[in-house]
Amino acid sequence: MDEAGGHARWVRVSHWIGAASLLVLAVTGFVILMAHPRLYWGEAGNDLTPALLELPISRNHQHGGWDTPRPFFARPGAPVSASRTVHIFNQNGWGRSLHFLAAWGLFVTGALYLVGGLSGGHFRSRVWPGARELRPGVVGRHIVDHLRLRIPRATGGPRYNVLQKIAYSLVIFVAAPLMVLTGLAMSPTIGAAFNWLPRLFGGHQSARTIHFVAFVLLVLFVLVHVAMVWASGFRRQMRAMTVGE
Amino acid sequence: MKTTGLITRRRAIVAGLASIGGLAAARLPRDLPPSYGNLLRMGDTLTYAAHRTLLPAGSLVREYSVGDLTSFPAIGTTNPAVSVKSALGEEYRRHQAGAFADWRLAVEGRVARPRAFSLAELKQLPSRTQITRHTCEEGWTAIGQWTGVPLSLVLDAVGILPTARFVVLRSVDDWIDSIDLIDALHPQTILAYGMNGGDLPIAHGAPVRLRLETQIGSKSMKYLRRLVVSDEFDDGGMSGSIQNGWAWYNGI
Repeated sequence: MDEAGGHARWVRVSHWIGAASLLVLAVTGFVILMAHPRLYWGEAGNDLTPALLELPISRNHQHGGWDTPRPFFARPGAPVSASRTVHIFNQNGWGRSLHFLAAWGLFVTGALYLVGGLSGGHFRSRVWPGARELRPGVVGRHIVDHLRLRIPRATGGPRYNVLQKIAYSLVIFVAAPLMVLTGLAMSPTIGAAFNWLPRLFGGHQSARTIHFVAFVLLVLFVLVHVAMVWASGFRRQMRAMTVGE
Repeated sequence: MKTTGLITRRRAIVAGLASIGGLAAARLPRDLPPSYGNLLRMGDTLTYAAHRTLLPAGSLVREYSVGDLTSFPAIGTTNPAVSVKSALGEEYRRHQAGAFADWRLAVEGRVARPRAFSLAELKQLPSRTQITRHTCEEGWTAIGQWTGVPLSLVLDAVGILPTARFVVLRSVDDWIDSIDLIDALHPQTILAYGMNGGDLPIAHGAPVRLRLETQIGSKSMKYLRRLVVSDEFDDGGMSGSIQNGWAWYNGI
């Protein structure tokens, strides 16, 4: 585990397995979202209830709309039932199964990465930003430099500036765990075993909405991350994260 | 390096993992579903094995109160009398006209006393009412109140044989699906004949549908006509759900 400036092998391996898993999760997650591009808050939400947010995405299955809603109870505002007409089967099952398979890849790799990062001091010494770096002056100077596209040349390894450290820490310790937990919270079997998990996020549909927001933030991170790799020397950075130096 | 007699960190971790593995292996289901050579089904099986091995069996899903009931879409088949173009559809039309008085649910296969239950006979068995969340694989959810007889009581009544492993479900719209005995004997797995205080509506699977609360909604088969207790896994094989890319295990 020679780390004279380069990325350790376990970091490189977990980076690429994690990256491949994230790519598959993002694509299949979008396929799953296309089946019902409406978001809600709380436990329940469907085509017969108001949405918190309706995404402008065309659905990947067709149907002929809904027949006349029939109330379950004889009182105003009672919940209704309506039937979906001219049903054509969605074939989204593959998207779900592939999503969960990729989730296993991310989960196992992520767990090993966390163990490695915590036990070897990798997080403490290289990823977690120190108090001195977090002074407003230092952070502000880095932000101004980045906005002016004065990007430091690739170091080819973990000597990260404070903005990198903040971004990586948010992904590793906030976004990725949130993704896994909100994902698990949507599983009926997991929800039965751990009733508190969906409740923690305010219900099944809230967990789904948070899962979507975290997905958007992670996609934004990946776009900026790739742009910065490009700007700081693509060939050197790719060499450092693949074969190592 | 001499480490004889020392408990190194590596040894402690290996010993720990080995004992966890030993405990886990004891709970691994004896009959894992076939993958049909499909990579995605292998992933599903990994999830199934992990759930069955690591999670406690029989833990209950959250139940809600009457005030939490929501509007409830009916999708897929919503009236077999109209959409099922076969003898089964014709028969359903007759049962519907006769308020399901002549309808029967056959419970057979690896059981001591195979039997066909009428709706009245199912209603005579002890009932369970539960307000639960239906989780559709499309992404939406709805909360409904269901009344029915626990499947475990029906299986007790026919006496499932010790070698039985699965319950195969057949519907009027000619679906085939199956569940393992952990799900079949789950206290919240019921054969529902009532919804939101009334009879189960046609659109939601009348006269009797399955409610399997620990899996995705599509496993709660509507319009039940036959249950077959089986020693062997059966989900219709290559002509079952896999042709639509759907998983057999949908606990996630």
